[in-house]
This record gives sequence, C-alpha cells and structure tokens, in this order.
Amino acid sequence: MDIKDIIKPENLVYRRTPLLTDKPLSYCPGCGHGTIHRIIMEVIEEMNIQDKTIGIAPVGCSVLAYEFMDIDMQQAAHGRATALATAIKRLLPDRFVFTYQGDGDLAAIGTAETIHACNRGENFIIFFVNNGIYGMTGGQMAPTTLPGMKASTCPFGRDTKIMGNPLKITELVAQLPGTYYVTRQAVHTPNAVRKAKKAVRNAFEYSKLNKGLCFIEFVSNCNSGWKMNAVQANKWMEENMFPFYPLGDIKVPQPEKV
Amino acid sequence: MAKVRGAIVVDIEKCKGCGVCVPACPQDVIQLAKEVNGKGYHYAYMHLPEECTGCTNCAVVCPDGVITVYRVKAETV
Repeated sequence: MDIKDIIKPENLVYRRTPLLTDKPLSYCPGCGHGTIHRIIMEVIEEMNIQDKTIGIAPVGCSVLAYEFMDIDMQQAAHGRATALATAIKRLLPDRFVFTYQGDGDLAAIGTAETIHACNRGENFIIFFVNNGIYGMTGGQMAPTTLPGMKASTCPFGRDTKIMGNPLKITELVAQLPGTYYVTRQAVHTPNAVRKAKKAVRNAFEYSKLNKGLCFIEFVSNCNSGWKMNAVQANKWMEENMFPFYPLGDIKVPQPEKV
Repeated sequence: MAKVRGAIVVDIEKCKGCGVCVPACPQDVIQLAKEVNGKGYHYAYMHLPEECTGCTNCAVVCPDGVITVYRVKAETV
C-alpha cells in the first residue's frame, strides 16, 4: 500500500484542532506550553463551548496566549489573572472562565491573588504551568526552583539557607476549603498528555457544577532556561522535578453524603 | 490478517525540530531530517514509513501540533 493511499481525508485520525489559530507558536522548540494550549483547546472543542469560554492570559512566556487560542481572551496585569477571572466570572456567571499562568506569575507576584481566589472558592479554573524557573526573562530563580537547581541568578544551585525553600503552591491551595479539584499533571510523554487531557476535561465538567475552584498544575520543562535540548529536559524533569512535585490528584471531589 | 497502516504528515515549515516525537514513537518511525526548513530547524519526517501504525503518539506530544495522522486497515494476503 502506498503512502498516498493512506493519506486521504477519510482516514484522518488526528489533526491540529482548529481552535488553535494558524499563527506559529512563539515558544522555544519542545516547550510544554504548546502541548498544554492544544489539550485545553481540544477539550473546549469536544465540549463545544468555544463561544462560552473566556481565558485569561498571564504575564510570562504565555503572555501571547490570546494570539494562539481562538476564544475570547483577556490579558491580565502580572499576577492578577485570578483577580480578573473573579470579575469576569461574577459578571458573566454562565461562561467557562480559566486562567493560564506560569510559576512566576502565579506563585511569585500573584500569590496573594491566587490564594484568596482559591479560598473564596471562585468558580473558575486555574491552569498553572510550573517549570521551576522564570523562562521569559532569562532563566532566573523562581519560587518553585528546586533546591540545588541551577538558574541564572543562582549559578551554583539554589541554596535553601540563603534563598529559602521552594513553594509547593498546589499542595497549599489543596488545603483551602474553596478548591474543588486539585491535581498535578505533566505533558512530556503521550501517556501523560492523555492523562492531563482527562484532568482538563474533568475541570471543565466540574466548572459547570459551581462548587469551587479547579486547579491544575502542569509540571513542564524549560529547555532554554535549563540549557538542555527538549528530550534531555524531559528526562531531567522526570528524574528531578517529579520526586519533588509528584504527579497525581491531590484533591478530588468526594461524593456527597446522602 | 488485517494490518493497521498509518502515515503522518508533518507541517515542515512549522516544525521546530525539538525531537520530542522521536522517543514517543513506539515503532521508531520518526527521525529528524538532515535538511533544514526555512527557519533552520531539522524537521521531523517518516524514516520508516512502512512501520507506522497511526497510533497518534507523536501528534499527541508535539508541542507545536504540526503532525497530522492518518490510519487505515490494510488487508494483507
């Protein structure tokens, strides 16, 4: 059988979702942002809620997310995406609202907004992309940088005696009564991507129930900041990031007591 | 017995040659080309097209979503 006989429209099994615009992604080769954008858009396409979804873009590498996602989007001031999402969700309660934030945006400058939005139990979704570094500005140390991990502002590795300990914000918000679903996922292998997509789908389904905030952390790579190629960065992430940031559900909704 | 045959189409100009699809392929079909695209990246291509089963693993991990997958059940004698 010739390749030309296979490549026919009726044999199509996977294509890039049309909810991503044709603009080439501005991310570095191998960056997890692209995959995360795509699975969020695939879930929106499957649920057919393109016209009912509003996304909030952060400040960071994904600041241009509104250029790539073909939905209504708003870009927030640094760290204030959850505050903006609160306003949008309260004014338009029938919409699906999500924020898309990196670790510098959500866990550093936006910690107060994040924790209070989670504590108030606002009914939107937070997608938190954690790569342990400030990617856009040149690989500086972030609150989520691992102990001993090298970054451009800690070239000898993070010394926890001077620079403090990394912040596990996902475990932190899971303690708050306002969060409904808290999970940590990754997108480095096909299996992980499929699991992450299920988690995104769950978050959008739970968002319909208006029971609280859904928080999904994606442990991602930053191969430019880590000074590796994409495959090495994924391997490094498995070996070093996952022991500290273990994947899996942290808070799942309990069935209601009858 | 029916054999599953697949094929991928890579959008060469959008491929950034990160190589994440190469270890994701269970059949080792994909490799990075020696040639480069307009931006200077070694794009991914089907090195062993007969082995592809159309499992979509490469397309699922591709950060830039440049891979389209086709699959067909081929009858073999």
